[in-house]
Amino acid sequence: MAELKYLMFLGCVIPYRITSYEISARKVLERLDVELVEMPEFNCCGLPIDGVDHDAMLLLAARNLCLAEQQNLNILTLCPGCAGTLRKVNLSLQEDKKLKARVNGYLKEIGMEFKGGKTSVRHIIQALIEDVGLEKVKDSVVKPLTGLKVAEHNGCHILRPTKYVGFDDPDNPVLLKKLVEATGAECLDYLYETDCCGAPVIGVNDKIPLYLAGDKLRNVKAVDAQAMITVCPFCHMMFDINQPRIERLLSETFGIPVLHYPQLLGLAMGLSPKELAIDELRVDATQLLDNI
Amino acid sequence: MSEKKQATDSTLRREIKMGDIDPEFKREIREVPGIEKIRLCFQCGTCTADCPIARFSEIYSPRKIMRMTQLGMKKKLLSSESLWLCAACFTCVDHCPQGVDIAAVVRALRNMAVREGIIPDVFKELTNNILKTGYAYRIPELRLKKRVEQGLPPLPEANLEDVAKLFDAVAVSKKMEKR
Repeated sequence: MAELKYLMFLGCVIPYRITSYEISARKVLERLDVELVEMPEFNCCGLPIDGVDHDAMLLLAARNLCLAEQQNLNILTLCPGCAGTLRKVNLSLQEDKKLKARVNGYLKEIGMEFKGGKTSVRHIIQALIEDVGLEKVKDSVVKPLTGLKVAEHNGCHILRPTKYVGFDDPDNPVLLKKLVEATGAECLDYLYETDCCGAPVIGVNDKIPLYLAGDKLRNVKAVDAQAMITVCPFCHMMFDINQPRIERLLSETFGIPVLHYPQLLGLAMGLSPKELAIDELRVDATQLLDNI
Repeated sequence: MSEKKQATDSTLRREIKMGDIDPEFKREIREVPGIEKIRLCFQCGTCTADCPIARFSEIYSPRKIMRMTQLGMKKKLLSSESLWLCAACFTCVDHCPQGVDIAAVVRALRNMAVREGIIPDVFKELTNNILKTGYAYRIPELRLKKRVEQGLPPLPEANLEDVAKLFDAVAVSKKMEKR
């Protein structure tokens, strides 16, 4: 029997474009004896429309939290945006009785009630550190990626705002690095490491995020990292799918494969690149795989 | 004062017209829960200095948005493109020495702009997608078929009736349609 069980909250952007993240995450979680229960029903976490209407965001998030309460399970997400939003709303509703009463007033319309205190929300990285444990992750490695040098890019909403997240040190995050090092690979430091990828702005202004992500890719290349490791579908989209576009805009070549953390861990677990959907990446990772 | 010094001073001076200031707006925004601390901003500029977007944008300055909010420059704020450039990375929120939830101020301003009929197309689209499918992005049929081939479980379905009821409860569509 699985030791850990979560309600899997997939979010919107992963099934839309980044299934390689989902495929690899499911594979490695299974190896780590983590059981995933699918959401009985789904709606967006609410984050994308917080700027349109804050109340609508609260209600979308609260409805998902109610579903988790009904299942009596903690939520696991692969997307830091979903994790951050659901976590923040979960805590806000518990702290602020007035807000909880107001939200429950609306939820009554759909026959739901947020109780609070019954479930919590975890991003996969947080679950690996806090629930599975670094030791168990290390023990799952059968083919250490010794000699491989990579750089990590943390998802903003896993780290900030500190008031609601309280995971790792946002200005000097080390936990994802430890997870990377657990695979036997070396995790390099680079300039502006904790900066956002810019993805949330791309629908409004497509230049700023491309320059920003390009700056990060340049800094990653400057330390001779062979790959970049992400834990967010939006960051991955910026660095992987948009990498050729960034290269054209800046007239520079990067050629840096961008792997989801579960793909890196999966390789170290001895899973094949095919099983981890590495062939779905936009930036070719063949050379990287040959070096492993 | 030398001529050179005078020239520098006049380029640095930013004129604010009394007509740009809406005294009601100051009160209105301070009533939004979670952003009361906007009063405490003393314009140190930590937010802009640490903002990754500001590093690559000539117009985006959270410090400036905070000052304009304090002054009540409603019209200029709500029609400004820069309002939509915040990536919500929350670096400024963590670093603000006065504890101002800068990202929440920007979010509240965006909500107000929407009620004035100002909303970038992308946000309109995301909202409509959620209302029609439960998902913020329209997931192509092909993707759903491919999931089966890839051995992935089917995507959970949205309860669109519930989503519509919740949107109605807070009048989302109405707020978006104004003007």
